[in-house]
Parts: sequence; structure tokens; C-alpha cells
Amino acid sequence: MLPLMARVRGRRRETHDTWTLAIDAGGLKFQPGQFNMLYAFGIGEIPVSVSGDPGRAGPLVHTVRAVGAVSQAVTRLKPGDPIGLRGPYGTAWPVAQSGSDIIVIAGGLGLAPLRPAIYRLLAERDRYGRIAVLYGTRSPADILFRREIERWRRRLDIEIEVTVDHADALWHGNVGIVTKLIGRAGFDPGHAVALICGPEIMMRFTAAAVESAGVAPERIFLSLERNMKCAIGQCGHCQLGPTLICRDGAVMRYDRVRPLMSVREL
Amino acid sequence: MLTRGLEQLICEHPAFAGMAREHCELIGGCARNVRFDQGQYLFREGEPADAFFLIRHGRVALEIAAPGREPLRFLTINAGEIAGEAWLVPPYRWIFDAQALELTRALSIDARCLREKAEEDHDFGYEMLKRFTAMLVERLHAAQLQMLDVYRVHR
Repeated sequence: MLPLMARVRGRRRETHDTWTLAIDAGGLKFQPGQFNMLYAFGIGEIPVSVSGDPGRAGPLVHTVRAVGAVSQAVTRLKPGDPIGLRGPYGTAWPVAQSGSDIIVIAGGLGLAPLRPAIYRLLAERDRYGRIAVLYGTRSPADILFRREIERWRRRLDIEIEVTVDHADALWHGNVGIVTKLIGRAGFDPGHAVALICGPEIMMRFTAAAVESAGVAPERIFLSLERNMKCAIGQCGHCQLGPTLICRDGAVMRYDRVRPLMSVREL
Repeated sequence: MLTRGLEQLICEHPAFAGMAREHCELIGGCARNVRFDQGQYLFREGEPADAFFLIRHGRVALEIAAPGREPLRFLTINAGEIAGEAWLVPPYRWIFDAQALELTRALSIDARCLREKAEEDHDFGYEMLKRFTAMLVERLHAAQLQMLDVYRVHR
């Protein structure tokens, strides 16, 4: 439970309210999909998925949207500032399933927890069939990691589609919800694995659409979010029915969490 | 020969997948090939909705003009999809603009011709209505999710 004393090495603004921080944390390793608890001293602690490259040594990279007191404090930190860090915690994206087509579907800030999986997929490209990354977000101004998406699009061995919910005529890309991209991804549903992360409403409809496209629920994975506090399965704040998201997730199989996602009281 | 070619294209279009051959022929009798260069409009708000478009290649943006600002885009239509529903119900007028975002090839289906055939052959009319209703419901659900603005930050 004692946080590691780490230091911010660098920060970069991604959108009007979202920042990426590189944190020197003594060479901690992580698996794609895992998260750390970041502690802004004197203010509080929040869970943040690692958004960097798992194959690259160096600082741990986290992407944070400034929405509450702690996340605002974290995003205000400057290079050299101290930050507490516990982790990494949680389950990983199942990127070890070689031979499969992989469909990565991100909504909004949900691209950040999926980016390490995309790095891993690209680093081991030969192990997979088709790879499609489908990204939906609010507007063109809210597109995360824009330069990187443009770089991925230039590759000929991965399909990248971006759509926004709202745009004006200066945007020449897709407009519409992210599920509309699924039919164009061209994957083999019998041999595909889907990784989905975004707001829970978006994940509910997206997982259902992926299943309708023929992907078995046990091959669909979601990253769930609840109010995580201890991150080690002790406090119960992130309880979702019989599961604790911090201990059993955040990445979970759709067939296991689907019944829980439709319980309104949870 | 030309009509048979159009029937084939209609039967192969995803929006009409599995449709009976004779129904494809009925639509084919109302169809013609069209192309739009980038920036050209397929239709504009207020004009008579006298056709709809089976997009075969390219991409079309549906948008609404707004004074003093760029038009607002709310949906893009890709190859394999249909642009235009206002031909189905009176007053048969477009309520938004449709602009080709790139070179777009489509089959334009004459709406008056098709409505007449649907009135004469109710089996055909019902088949058309089922297909358009499915598309409309899908677009309605999508529009509802867009309205929910799920990516907005909830503070």
C-alpha cells in the first residue's frame, strides 16, 4: 500500500483537458491493460491505466483527463515534481492469443488503456492475422494520440478507422458511432478477439455489436471502471457483483461481466 | 443489357442482400448510374426528395447548414450503404444536405417510379419497407447514442 516515490520526467498535452505524463518509476514493468495508482501528495490517489509501450524501457507513461481534484492536480505536475505510484495492478489484455484476427475498439479516453496493447500487437505483428483499430470519440478536437494514429495509418499491415460523434465541414473523416465501423473491419469472426475500452454505455453497445458480427462472447474483452481505492481487493469500493474490478479486472471477459453490466443497481 | 447490369448491381448491394430477383428487377427499372465529384451535392435541404442513392464507391457526408459557421456533419455514408430516406413519406423533401467527400459512384433510384411500383405490388412494397425500416431503426439508435454524448466528461 505504500506508494513508490516517483518523479515526473515529462508531460505532453493531448487535448484541451487530457495530458500524458512520463513518470520515472525505477524501471517498473507492466502488461498492456494494467493500471497504477497515482498519488498527488496531499490531495489523493486515482487509478490510471498505463498508456505507454510495454516493450520500451524507461519512464512509465500515463494519460490522464483532468476531471476531478486529484486528476487536475496530477495533470498540473511539472517535470521534476514528485508523485506517488503504486502498481502495476490488474489483469492484462489477452494479446498472447497468436493467430487470431484482433479488433481493437476504443471510445474517447479508452484509447489510452488500449495503446499498450496496440504497441505489443505491432511489435509482434507476424503473430496475428488481421489487426483493426476502430476509434470513436466526441469530436475532431478530442482525438487522442493524433500523430500516432496518423503514423499507424501509414502502415500497410493494420487497419485504422476513426469516427467522431459531432463535426463540422472542416472534418473530412467519418461521422457516426464507433459500432458503424465494425462491419467494415473485415475480420474473421470465428477467429477474432475483440478488445474494447471506453465509457460503459459505449462498451455495452459495442460488445453487443461485435457479438452480433459473430465473435463469441468469450473472445470479447472489456476494461471496466469502478471506484477503485485500495487496488488490491481489500476495500470493496470497486465491487461489481461477486467481482472486484481492481483484483479480477480491469480487463474482463464479456461472457463473465455481461450479466453484471445489465444490473442497474450495480 | 444495361438494365440487367443495374439489377445485378442492386442484388449485390449490401442494402438489398438476399432480395428476390424479381424485386431487384423492379428497382432496376427505376435506377441509373450516377457519379459525384468531391464537394458535389447529391441533394440539398428543401429540394424534392425524388430519389435515393445506393452508394457503390466513395463517401458522402450528411450535414445541416448553420448560419455563420461551417455546416454541421452528423453522419457519413460509405460504400454499401444508402443515402436518403425522405423519399419514403410525404412531403418528400430533403431535410439536410448530402455532400460527396470524395469521388462517389452510386445508383440513383427514382423515388416516384419506385413508389408507384410499391403501390402496384404490395409484396414488393412490404419488402422495401422492411429493409428501410431496419435501416431507419439502426440510424435512430445511432443518433440516440450520439445525442447521449457518452464521451462527454461527467464532472
